[in-house]
Amino acid sequence: MKSTDLKKLGGGREADRLAELAAKALAGTAADAGLLDVALGGLESPVGELLVAVTPRGLAYVAFEDEERDELLARLSRQLSPRILEHPKATDEVRRQLDEYFAGDRTRFELKLDRRLMRGISRDVLAATARVPFGRTTTYGTLAERIGRPRASRAVGNALGSNPIPIVVPCHRVLRAGGDVGGYAGGPSRKRRLLTLEGSLPTGARGA
Amino acid sequence: MRHRSHVVRGVVASQAVELPPFSEFLEEHKGTVFRFLMAAVGPHEADDAFQETFVAALRAYPRLTDASKLDRWVLRIASRKAIDHHRAAGRRAIPSGDLPEHPAAPGGRAELDGDLRAAVASLPPKQRVAVVHRHVLDRSYADVAEVMGISEEAARANVYQGVKKLRELMT
Repeated sequence: MKSTDLKKLGGGREADRLAELAAKALAGTAADAGLLDVALGGLESPVGELLVAVTPRGLAYVAFEDEERDELLARLSRQLSPRILEHPKATDEVRRQLDEYFAGDRTRFELKLDRRLMRGISRDVLAATARVPFGRTTTYGTLAERIGRPRASRAVGNALGSNPIPIVVPCHRVLRAGGDVGGYAGGPSRKRRLLTLEGSLPTGARGA
Repeated sequence: MRHRSHVVRGVVASQAVELPPFSEFLEEHKGTVFRFLMAAVGPHEADDAFQETFVAALRAYPRLTDASKLDRWVLRIASRKAIDHHRAAGRRAIPSGDLPEHPAAPGGRAELDGDLRAAVASLPPKQRVAVVHRHVLDRSYADVAEVMGISEEAARANVYQGVKKLRELMT
């Protein structure tokens, strides 16, 4: 018997493949045991690949594909829980409703939201944002008034820029007073794309 | 990058290493843990033991204060699971054909591997786990001792006894 024989008992390449499968299966095992605090799932969309994070309380995060993934996970780990795994099944409902929205079959999301990543004034701003309906837009100033802080339009802009649940909490429906689309965490072109999809911008319209 | 401590060392040496998201921890250690279990409990039980190991890890994970030795931490859990599985398997009947009673069978590689697997399976649990850490994962005796919660001396003795028995069984 040689020690090289012993080494083979580890399964060689085959072990890597099996480890991959076992790791995938772990998310389900963990969820069944009530030990999965943040489930991740991905989907394709007209604004690129999206990553969604769902907790037992609801949808906590929607990320565009250009967001740095390791950094994002580290942040979710710190601010929600380190018990994070890819578990697309737990995000099925969110992904289904997003698919319907992008297909033009849904104008309102019916999802529980986990608002723990919204801090301070952002909660109020984003709660007001959530009431702007599909196909309509508002302005930073109007939103500032609506939360009772008419001079806080800069704070409103910051709150929208840090919206952890874009698309579902429709910060893309908040524009500059002059009609320019203004900024967007996912970039202005995505904002225009979403507004066009909702019929709020004529196709091919250009923002600021 | 095995330990994040290398990254932060020198910057904030005294600060505990931040716990990575569990997904990252799993990604980094799944291969080692699976290889360990393939060798220590065999291919049929490896998957169950893997799930048990990482569920136990997930349970304790948020309470970890120092993330600088995560690979040894998870191997310690896996070692306990491997010993538990061995005990559970011991209560089940082992088909006699699995034991290397007939090493004369001049078979090909598959049979040799099967015989070796059966020989490893016949070792007392501590010897088996120690041999696997040392000769499948290439761990130092200090590491073997740490993940098994025994002294380095005991680790050496377990590896030595285990390998000796394997040699006897395989010749």
